[in-house]
Amino acid sequence: MANHKPLDFENNVSRALKDTQLIKNIQSAMDTLVLKRKNIFADPAETEQLRALGNATKSQALGKLPALLERLEKKCTDNGIQVHWAETIPEANQLVLDIMKSHGATRLVKGKSMVSEEMELNAYLQKHGIEALETDLGEFIIQLNHETPAHIIVPAIHKNRDQISKIFHDNIPDAPYTENVDELNAIARKTLRQKFQKADVGLSGVNFAVAETGTLCLVENEGNGRMCTTVPGVHIALMGLEKVVEKLEDLPPMLRLLIGSATGQLITTYVNMITSPRKPGEKDGPREVHLIILDNGRSKIYADAQRRQTLYCIRCGTCLSHCPVYNRIGGHAYGYIYPGPIGKILNPQVEGLEAAGVLATASSLCNACEAVCPVKIPIPDLIRRIRNESYSKDPTSTVEGHGYKSNWIESLAWKIWAFVNTHPLVNAAGIKVLSALGQKLPEVGPLKHWTRYRKAPEFAPRSLHELVKQNGVDHE
Amino acid sequence: MNLSNRMESTMSEQSRERIFARLAAGSRQPSAPIPQPGPMPVKTYSRAEKIAKLKTLMEAMRTEVHITDAQNWIHKLEEILKQRELKSLVYPPQTALGDTLESHWENDGNGLPQLIPYEKKIEDFKDRLFTIDAGITSAAGAIADPGALILWPSEKEPRLMSLVPSIHIAILEADKIFSSFLEAMQKEQWSTKMPTNVVLISGPSKTADIEMTLAFGVHGPKELIVLILEK
Repeated sequence: MANHKPLDFENNVSRALKDTQLIKNIQSAMDTLVLKRKNIFADPAETEQLRALGNATKSQALGKLPALLERLEKKCTDNGIQVHWAETIPEANQLVLDIMKSHGATRLVKGKSMVSEEMELNAYLQKHGIEALETDLGEFIIQLNHETPAHIIVPAIHKNRDQISKIFHDNIPDAPYTENVDELNAIARKTLRQKFQKADVGLSGVNFAVAETGTLCLVENEGNGRMCTTVPGVHIALMGLEKVVEKLEDLPPMLRLLIGSATGQLITTYVNMITSPRKPGEKDGPREVHLIILDNGRSKIYADAQRRQTLYCIRCGTCLSHCPVYNRIGGHAYGYIYPGPIGKILNPQVEGLEAAGVLATASSLCNACEAVCPVKIPIPDLIRRIRNESYSKDPTSTVEGHGYKSNWIESLAWKIWAFVNTHPLVNAAGIKVLSALGQKLPEVGPLKHWTRYRKAPEFAPRSLHELVKQNGVDHE
Repeated sequence: MNLSNRMESTMSEQSRERIFARLAAGSRQPSAPIPQPGPMPVKTYSRAEKIAKLKTLMEAMRTEVHITDAQNWIHKLEEILKQRELKSLVYPPQTALGDTLESHWENDGNGLPQLIPYEKKIEDFKDRLFTIDAGITSAAGAIADPGALILWPSEKEPRLMSLVPSIHIAILEADKIFSSFLEAMQKEQWSTKMPTNVVLISGPSKTADIEMTLAFGVHGPKELIVLILEK
């Protein structure tokens, strides 16, 4: 992100761990999401087949990404959709603003879009005198409370109904205090209906863009997405350049994977497929549709075959829901719009390791994320890659900020380790010393840091070598 | 085109060139072998199974589904409308559906909501549309699994009819139910004729954004009623 605050991850985590209400809200919601997903993918063989297909669809699409993007651009343009390219966030924001200005527009209604969060678009537009209003219920709640999403799919899940009641009561004129979910929902409906009616421009994200037909596919349950893309005279769609798929027939399996993983549903209330602006004779729909395709670091990630798999992500959020770390610290502690396992690999690659590499340390490598990922992104492998790159001085590395953690203590430690392990006598002597004195190592330097949250390693009184010499090897 | 638009398009073009240059360099890198898995596992159902499956799955999403016949559906509709004491119903004029409604309303419109044709452009109709109680549309088809209607809006059946009013009533012919989304797409050759907008609808609008508690009727219709017409 353009002017991102430096990330103080350790402090964020400590603060989150102390917020018992937050953790309770998050864990209860994640338990529900995990259970719902499990029920929808009940047949393991079929699920595996689908995931393999999801993985292949993304890997094939990315394998010919330049050609597919060109085809998408051509198809959309032929259909009357105006395509714009933004290399950076400031460019993307500028494009949205220019489109608004060209219509003299001051009111924008937004469907849920993670790319717009990535752009910090609302703040940017507000600075330029434009009201940018979130209309997804969860996004609406956190916008009222001046927060960022805590989860990719359920953005306000860190708040319980009492907290939301208070947010509504304090921020919406005439809203009564109520803890009834249906009543809260009715307040939002009433407030936002007027906004849909009066908005000049509607904005949305894109779940899949189909190159074959130039179709933008959006899924949602609330109907706010359809409102934003149908009622106002202009529709702006934002997508990351990795969202393109080749054929229309890629949609059924990809939607099944996305929706099942995201919310544990067979299908969302609406699957919206938009292929053109309003045609002559048609009575509604926007007269202009703009598609802004954002890079923001994605093409850097693309250059490396292993790291490219990060771009398979379809933003279902299921790796967050299943992550033991996310479950204990929630989304905000990560300090970036994309939290959880996917954030641990995506943010460091986009922002550089120095800024965000620390996120990759927040993993026990339990592999839950990889086991549930609908497109089989090897997240743990990529976490390890980022950890290694943080110390790597390899000049051919393409990861921005690689080697930022490398230091003389670490280099020296490896040199000693290598020496000891290639000299048996030294090794044997070292083991003797550590068995005798290992328990009494002074907690200074790196060891002090290590033992702040973990136990110091315990050394066995007798080494494996000695035991084998004495007892032989049991081949059982 | 004004100056700022011209500058913007140049900026977009330069960005495009730089993005494509990086992607082209990236595509030359050796990539992992691309897997070739089998197709999506889908089932094919009989006619009766398709109707039953669609009904069950859509009802699970809190849709009201009625199976009726092609002669009597209008009476079922009448019953539904009277039950709810609706004041207004927006409909598509100059369609088979619209003609049927008009002639029925002319013969016996007592106690029925006012019929309002969607015949103007949205710019001249928006304020009225947002006050109408219910909208009725046809469905181009449906998908048995996962249960959803296929709406294929057109000049005559605009997009907002199924979205803005609090109740959406859809008329579906039983013969137009496909087993799966993939089957619908393939049999109807969607890729050659995608319209301005196609939408799949599986139920009334809903959300679980507050404590994962399901609530219906957020921004779209609070109720979805489907009449499946059997021959």
